[in-house]
Amino acid sequence: MSEWRYWYAENKSTLIAVLLFLFMFAIYASKHPAGFTPNVVQTAANKATLLAFVAMAQSLVIITAGIDLSVGMILVLANCLASWIVVGSAVETAAGIIAVLSGGALCGAVNGLIVIFGRLQPIVTTIATGAMFYGLALFLRPFPGGAVNETLADFMTGKAFGFFPMSFIALAAVVLAVWVPYSRSVIGRASYAAGSSEQAAYMSGMPVRMAKFTAYVLSGLLSAIGGLYLTFFSYTGEAAYASGNTYTLFSIAAVVLGGVSLMGGRGSAIGAIFGALAFRTIGDLLFVFDFDPLWQPLFQGVVLLFAVSISAFGLFRVRNKLEWF
Amino acid sequence: MADITPIFTMKGITKRYGGVVALREADLDVMPGRIHAVLGENGAGKSTLIKIMSGAVAPDEGEMTLDGQTVSFASPAAANAAGIVCVFQELSLIPDLSVADNIVISGPPTRGGLINRKAQRGIAEQALADAGASDIHPSALVKDLPLSRRQMVEIAKALARKPRVLILDEATSALTAADVQQVFSVIKRLRQQGTAIIYISHRMHEIAELADDCTVFRNGRKIATYKTGSKTDTEVVELMIGREYKNVFPPKGNSVRDGKVAIACNGLSWAGRLNNISLAIHPGEVIGLGGLDGQGQRELLLALFGVLRGVSGEITINGEPAAVKDPSQARLPAFGMALIPEDRKTEGLMLPMSIADNLCFAALDRISRNGIIDRRIADAKASEMIDLLQIKVASADLPVSSLSGGNQQKVVIAKWLMNAPRIVLLNDPTRGIDVGTKQEIYALLRKLADSGVAILFYSTDYDELIGCCDRVLVMYGGAVVRELEGDAITERALVSSALNIGEAAHA
Repeated sequence: MSEWRYWYAENKSTLIAVLLFLFMFAIYASKHPAGFTPNVVQTAANKATLLAFVAMAQSLVIITAGIDLSVGMILVLANCLASWIVVGSAVETAAGIIAVLSGGALCGAVNGLIVIFGRLQPIVTTIATGAMFYGLALFLRPFPGGAVNETLADFMTGKAFGFFPMSFIALAAVVLAVWVPYSRSVIGRASYAAGSSEQAAYMSGMPVRMAKFTAYVLSGLLSAIGGLYLTFFSYTGEAAYASGNTYTLFSIAAVVLGGVSLMGGRGSAIGAIFGALAFRTIGDLLFVFDFDPLWQPLFQGVVLLFAVSISAFGLFRVRNKLEWF
Repeated sequence: MADITPIFTMKGITKRYGGVVALREADLDVMPGRIHAVLGENGAGKSTLIKIMSGAVAPDEGEMTLDGQTVSFASPAAANAAGIVCVFQELSLIPDLSVADNIVISGPPTRGGLINRKAQRGIAEQALADAGASDIHPSALVKDLPLSRRQMVEIAKALARKPRVLILDEATSALTAADVQQVFSVIKRLRQQGTAIIYISHRMHEIAELADDCTVFRNGRKIATYKTGSKTDTEVVELMIGREYKNVFPPKGNSVRDGKVAIACNGLSWAGRLNNISLAIHPGEVIGLGGLDGQGQRELLLALFGVLRGVSGEITINGEPAAVKDPSQARLPAFGMALIPEDRKTEGLMLPMSIADNLCFAALDRISRNGIIDRRIADAKASEMIDLLQIKVASADLPVSSLSGGNQQKVVIAKWLMNAPRIVLLNDPTRGIDVGTKQEIYALLRKLADSGVAILFYSTDYDELIGCCDRVLVMYGGAVVRELEGDAITERALVSSALNIGEAAHA
């Protein structure tokens, strides 16, 4: 039994995020006029998956005690790129997807190299590179347009076995292919160590730089997956400045809701995904309760603030006030 | 001893930090299967020595050999790979990871590129058992463990690396007596297996029990190496002190205690780090806090200043029971307290802001009217303080970061003096500043005391305690173990009571 106690302590923040989401989704599904049908789930899933990818990207960097404010712009850039090259025959489409994902990883690598070797603050670095990525996106798509392989797009956003949203299967596949190996690798553990106590990690001889670099690269890659998904939903590419910024900010909110500490070292990408799902559900709750949509930003803010303050309860146990800051 | 070849040697190692020489031409021979104790006062160069050995810093000069081969370590990882493992005084554990994660941290067992959790668990359990700490669950998070358990994890982590040279830097400082015995039997077993052990401790009886050889450091130099038991405690203390005494201190006051107590505390305790401390300071007294670093002196000052939560015991100010809730209350005229912090860069100054702004921070209510700062009063007050403390500034509008360390410290002190405090607490105010400024600070403290201010003064420098203080309270393990007064404040008494071997040094 005591094994469970330690498992709980290690995964508490992720579990809270899962419960938060289940709670909100239960209210949502029970109030939705159409009930808890495959279509309700599919619509919700498609809307949430995009944010989930970006939140996952953000969580990897935040775990190392950094922050990536370029995730939204990498998503927009990937969307614009995909609207040019993810078309045509199966081979051409596959090559296009590989190119889009490599492009995202490259953006992340640029961020990582500047932060690690340039020793610049992640927050400033990624604001600057984010603007650059947006510039590239605008260069690719001065006006909305382009196309995507529609067979693939419909498949990726449809239903598997007639009821299960395909986007969730894609999300789970990415978790299995990226997060699971990462979190169990030496590099992944070093990324937690770097976020928790960088000095101790260095003194223990851990590959701190490699861990940070990998986190930024994977962040770029996951954002590009998000961009690819956006293309599957919209069938077009658009260099939308506002939506890039929104995804960046929402990714941070989702990560915090998902129990990832902004101080680094704590939380998981799984938590971030559920944080993203919960955050999306907050917005949808208003819709099913027939509130005026004008209330949505206010309501979203209040719920977010409430959820985030839960994590501040730990301060009641601090006995030296200097540790508050 | 001559028939064994050393496993690890250091020759002529010198390390400078800026202009300060932390270690000068130090030599050390480490033999396999022996325990080598390293002794010295605060700042004698021990920690620099260890940092160099373990690859945390690189020496400026000198040579290290391992098995007769010249080596240099670019990082702690390189030293670990060579078999030199250090248990650090400041713990090197990752708080958010589990005990098992931490134990295998530098080389976790992997299968197919991923960490093999089952194998990791086995290694961790074995290492904890080796360290005699099987009570710690390998899946527990390090941040949830109390300090003594963390220290045992740190030792288990070192053992899991199968060290050839094991360095223990104050590794028993937070342990309970039972744990210490466990650790000792582990160390003795390793010695039998041929591991070379370097043991750093301020506890003389531990060294007497464990060590085969001892080396004493003082002022960054190696002073002597001898076999344990060939010198008495008194001789060892003398080796550790042995430096000239410079007369840079102002004459002491007559320190008349006229009954009225400026600040007193009774049975003060906090979180196991402060134990039942009682003291009383009269106006005009300069009271020193002595002892080794980290025996609760800092916490005592913070507790009096209202920074700590959950302090038990009674504090009285001017004879009235006082409940100081936080620093902004402590500085109010009713209490009239000031704390000159230890780390002026983080706790004392807003480095990018101007000298004048920094001077005014603690006394904003004295220079403002209806919440608006009156620039004229502020400037006048600031230049008054600059004159009083002879702070060398080109202009009071320059950022405070442009000043030298000594002048920065003067700004920190001046900032509080502007508030006209009646009780001044100082936390090692002269650390890392030049002799000339130190002298001015000593004179200032005495001048303040003569004007009726009560001063409580923690210093790691014994000369200061002897030269400046009317009384010295020596702390050990969070309690005041000895009170010295007047001529009884000698270096020998300070060192021996700091080591808590009071009686031996009287011989």
